[in-house]
Amino acid sequence: MSLAGTAAQPSGVFSKGNLQALGVLLFVVAGSLWALSLDTRFVYMLVYVWFGLAYGVLLQYGRFCMASAVRDLFAVKVPRMAVGMMIAVALYAVVAAVVTLAGFSTFHPNALGWHIVIGAAIFGFGIVFTGGCASGSLYKAGEGNMNSMLVILAISFSQAIVVSASGWWDSLVPQSWVDAAAAQDMPAELTITQGWFDIFTAGHLWNLKGTTTAEIFGMAETAAGIVLMNTMLTAIVPVVVILVALYAFYYRKGHLRRSGKVNPTLGDEVAGIWAMCISSKNTAIAGIGLGILAGLHMYVTGVLREHYGIFNFGELLVAMGYQDGLSIQDTVFDPGYWYITTQEAQWGGWIMQQFGINSMDSIFFGLENGLPNPLLNAPGFMSIGIILGAAVMALSRREFKWKTPSWETAFFAIVGGTLMGIGARLAMGCNIGAFFATVTNGDPSGWIFLFGMMIGAYAGVKVFSWWMDWSASRKESECGL
Amino acid sequence: MAMSFNKITDGEWELNVCGYSCPHPQMYTKKALQKIGSGDVLTLIFDNPSSGESIMAMCEAEGNDLIDQQDGGGSYTWKIRKA
Repeated sequence: MSLAGTAAQPSGVFSKGNLQALGVLLFVVAGSLWALSLDTRFVYMLVYVWFGLAYGVLLQYGRFCMASAVRDLFAVKVPRMAVGMMIAVALYAVVAAVVTLAGFSTFHPNALGWHIVIGAAIFGFGIVFTGGCASGSLYKAGEGNMNSMLVILAISFSQAIVVSASGWWDSLVPQSWVDAAAAQDMPAELTITQGWFDIFTAGHLWNLKGTTTAEIFGMAETAAGIVLMNTMLTAIVPVVVILVALYAFYYRKGHLRRSGKVNPTLGDEVAGIWAMCISSKNTAIAGIGLGILAGLHMYVTGVLREHYGIFNFGELLVAMGYQDGLSIQDTVFDPGYWYITTQEAQWGGWIMQQFGINSMDSIFFGLENGLPNPLLNAPGFMSIGIILGAAVMALSRREFKWKTPSWETAFFAIVGGTLMGIGARLAMGCNIGAFFATVTNGDPSGWIFLFGMMIGAYAGVKVFSWWMDWSASRKESECGL
Repeated sequence: MAMSFNKITDGEWELNVCGYSCPHPQMYTKKALQKIGSGDVLTLIFDNPSSGESIMAMCEAEGNDLIDQQDGGGSYTWKIRKA
C-alpha cells in the first residue's frame, strides 16, 4: 500500500478545536474543585472521573473498541483491534500483578458457569449492530455520535429492566432455582423468590464458585501464584498464543508478500509478528496506555480505601451524610477498576425510580449495588469521564462531529444496545468487567466470556451481512452493492 | 442519509457512507472493492473515524493503494486504487 497523503494540517495551538477541548478540560477541573470544596473525601470519586477521562483520551486516540476486535476479524479479516486488545491485556496483567503483590488489589473473580457463554454470545451478537462495545459506545458518544448515545440509553434501561422484572419473566427460570433461592437466609424486603434475575442470582449464581488460577493450584496468597499462575498462565501465555494465531491466519500472507520473503526463517516470522503489533501505532500506543492505566487505577483506589479505612464508597457516602440510594448493606457499586455496564444499569434504574418504578427490592440494586443519585455515582462518573476525554481528543484532532441517527441506525442502536444490556447482566459484565478485568487478574472466566462473545459476533456478522445484501438488492441502482 | 455507490466515469467509482458507524463503512468498502475492477479507483467518503483504521488495514492486507487522503472536520475522503 502506498500513500500520497494530502491530509488536512492542524491549524495551530489556538485552533477552534483545541480551544473547545481546553474548555471541556477546564469544565472537568472546575467540577473537580467544586466537589473538593464540598468535601475533600470526594477525591475518591474524582479518581474515577480522571481515570475515565484518561481512558477516553486513549480510546479515541487508538480508535480502541473491543467490538471491532472480534467483529472486524469476521467481517473484513482485519486483526488490528484484536492485536491492540491483546497488548492491553498483557500490560494490564503485569501492572495488576505488581498491584496485587503490593496488597492493593480490589479485584474479585466472577462466578464460573454456562451463564457466561450465553450472556457473552448475546452481548457479542449485539455489538455487531451497535458499532461499538460498551466502552466504544462511550468514546464514540464523545465524538458526537448520537447513535452511540442511543446505545448507552438502551444498555442502561435494558439492564435495569432485566434485573428488576418479574411476572411472566419468572417462568424463564426452573423451580429448582426458586427453591434454592428460598433457602437463602435473606431479608424479606428483597423478595428473592420473585423476579427472575433475583432467582437466577440467589438460586443459581450464588451456588457457583469464582476463582483465580492461583487459587485452583493452592497458591493464592503466594508471589509465585500471583506471578506464574495469575499473570503468566492466565494472561501472558494466552496472549502470546492468540497473537501467533492472529499472525498466522490474518497477517502472515500479506506480510510475506509485502516483504518479498518466499522461504521465511523463524526470525522473519518473529519480525512479522512484531510488524503486526505495530502496524497501527495509535492502537498499539493506546493498548499500552490503557493496560498501564487500568492497573494504576486499581492501585490508586486501593490506596485510598486503605487511607479512609473503607471497603466500599458507600461507607464514605454515609460518613459524608449521603444516605439515599445505598443498598441495605450501605454499599454502592464500587469496583475500584475499569468497569462500564453496572453503573449504566444504575442510571437506568435511578431514572425509572424517579417515575415511581421501584427496583430496590432486587438483589442487583437493593443488596449489591444500590441506586445512588447519578451525581454521587462514582463509577458513573468514570463513564462520563470517558465521554469527555474522548471529546477532548476528538475536538483537538478536528474529528468531533454531531451525527444524527437515521431510522435504520437508530433501530440497530436500540436493538443492539438492548441485547448488549441483557447479555452483560447474564454474563455478569461486559467485555471490560467480564473479560478485560478478569483475565488480567488471574480469573480465567474472562476467556470463556471472549469465546462466547466471538460466537455471538460471528453470528451477528453473518446476519448483518445478509441484511446488507438484502437491503442493497432492494435499491433500484445499476451500481447496487 | 443513505449509502450511495455510483460509477463516476470508466474506472472511477464513489462510495458515500457518511452517517454510518462501524461496521457499515468497512463492510460496504469491502463489497465495493470486490465489485470494481483491478486498477479502478474508488473514492470513499465517510465520517466514522474508527472505520478508517480498519479500511487502511484492509487495503494493506489486500495490496490496494490508498492514493489520496483528505481528512478534516470529522469527514474523510479517501481514494483507493484496487490492486
